[in-house]
Amino acid sequence: MDEMKLLDLLVQNPRESITDLAEILGESQESVQQAKKSLEDKKIICGYHTMVNWDKTNIDHVDAIIGVSAKPERGSGYDKIATRIAKFPEVSSLFLMSGNSEFLVNVNGKTMREVADFVGEKLAPIEGVAATVTMFVLKKYKVNGVTMDMASDGEDERMPVSA
Amino acid sequence: MDYDKLLAKRAVDMKPSGIRRFFDLVSEIPDCISLGVGEPDFKTPWDIRDSAIHALELGKTQYTTNPGLLELRQELHKYLLRKYNLDYDVEQMIVTVGASEGIDMFFRTVVEPGDEIIIPDPGYVTYAPTAAFSGAKVVTVQAKEENDFRLKAEDIKAAITDKTKAILLSYPNNPTGAVLSHEDMVAIADVLRDTNILVISDEIYAELVYGDHQFESFASLPGMKERTIVLNGFSKAFSMTGWRLGYVLGPSRLIEVMLKVHQNCVMAAPTISQYAAITALRDCDDDVEEMRKQYDLRRQYCVRKLNEMGLNTFEPKGAFYVFPNISSLGMSSDEFCEKLLTEQKVAIIPGTAFGESGEGFARISYAYSIEHLREAMKRIAQFIEDHKGE
Repeated sequence: MDEMKLLDLLVQNPRESITDLAEILGESQESVQQAKKSLEDKKIICGYHTMVNWDKTNIDHVDAIIGVSAKPERGSGYDKIATRIAKFPEVSSLFLMSGNSEFLVNVNGKTMREVADFVGEKLAPIEGVAATVTMFVLKKYKVNGVTMDMASDGEDERMPVSA
Repeated sequence: MDYDKLLAKRAVDMKPSGIRRFFDLVSEIPDCISLGVGEPDFKTPWDIRDSAIHALELGKTQYTTNPGLLELRQELHKYLLRKYNLDYDVEQMIVTVGASEGIDMFFRTVVEPGDEIIIPDPGYVTYAPTAAFSGAKVVTVQAKEENDFRLKAEDIKAAITDKTKAILLSYPNNPTGAVLSHEDMVAIADVLRDTNILVISDEIYAELVYGDHQFESFASLPGMKERTIVLNGFSKAFSMTGWRLGYVLGPSRLIEVMLKVHQNCVMAAPTISQYAAITALRDCDDDVEEMRKQYDLRRQYCVRKLNEMGLNTFEPKGAFYVFPNISSLGMSSDEFCEKLLTEQKVAIIPGTAFGESGEGFARISYAYSIEHLREAMKRIAQFIEDHKGE
């Protein structure tokens, strides 16, 4: 079966059941199961995540985006320092960037204090890190292609029957 | 007032659309799920909408020139060359109020009373009424299921008389989803080559073709450009139905006279829509491809499900319709669709709304989300189960 077709469907809805995927694609459940596993094994699909709008819960949650300037190391370039940054559970994403700073780090914490402590006590002292710029997220409008709490296109307003 | 004494007979006599009647039925069942629409479910891509907003901000609220913005026609020139290998200069184009205006304008430009216009049956609902309204005698040629609803050259040839003025081709087709093969088109071209008969080719679904099929414009065939008026528009490819924007392409002399009809009847197509359309042609190939991919998935799903439930359904290669043969249940198209509506609350359109040859068939639109289609297919399967062997 065409794994890319399956991938398309899973991108649209990762929670679609094997039964439903098989039904949509006209394939057996076994071959859908296999193809899904193959996509996972090849790390084409790296995970399935729940997107949460924490503002709507009573759980404290703070996101920050941190620009990290760093010097590459002889032999390993940026990889070694990236590994050190990525190890921290506070870090949710890490990118090597073109532009002003070398890394962009997404950090989650319960409070601004907690994030600030993380930057000051853990991130900035890493060997090779020259400077950090911390930006706190004030409001999320769109995450991973999904708008949060914003006016979006209306429902199906077509006439039920037309030529 | 005695209005009936005032009304023009040809307007009163205009055949009411079979779809209209069905619309009234559907309106009475509020919780029904419909597979009855003839327009995309996707919203217009944001880039296009953004261009329209920008045009409004810049105060682009005046009329445009009668044939349409020069910039749009220049962009159209490039687009047509790039997409369909069609080479029309900006003087051979009129931007219209939907392709619908193009159909009407064409008939009004060429028809003299008694002229015959050959129209495929089944076919889009407005062809016959607008042709007749302009005084034409409508001659239908059947597109048969056994030919996958492709119009055959020999059938066209048999319908030609010395009164034949034009032949209407409409592929990819509404309601059947059929397309013409290269060989079909060459055969039709051969029939027409030494005649003085025009072709009006409605290519509104040109961007929506699937599988191994490559769209080919009838005007791109050797010797056919001189006799072909191409109708196309933005509604289906770019999900812009409500913007009311289409275009006609044709030989200079025809376009010159059509332009007079156009300027006297509508002046010009909507300005904001025209500015938005420039972006559509220039920047939206990826959006169109993404929508096409979604339609394709749904198309394959619907064809498979309908065949599985025992309705013989040929695989359409274009548009966003499937046209199952429903005759195995022993009901007429009308009866089938009305019962399906009342019993399972699913709205599909009887094939007869598109002409006599639609008897025994129904049009199902797959311009819906896959979830919507799955629920509808479940209900149709239940309906067939309930009526099998009656």
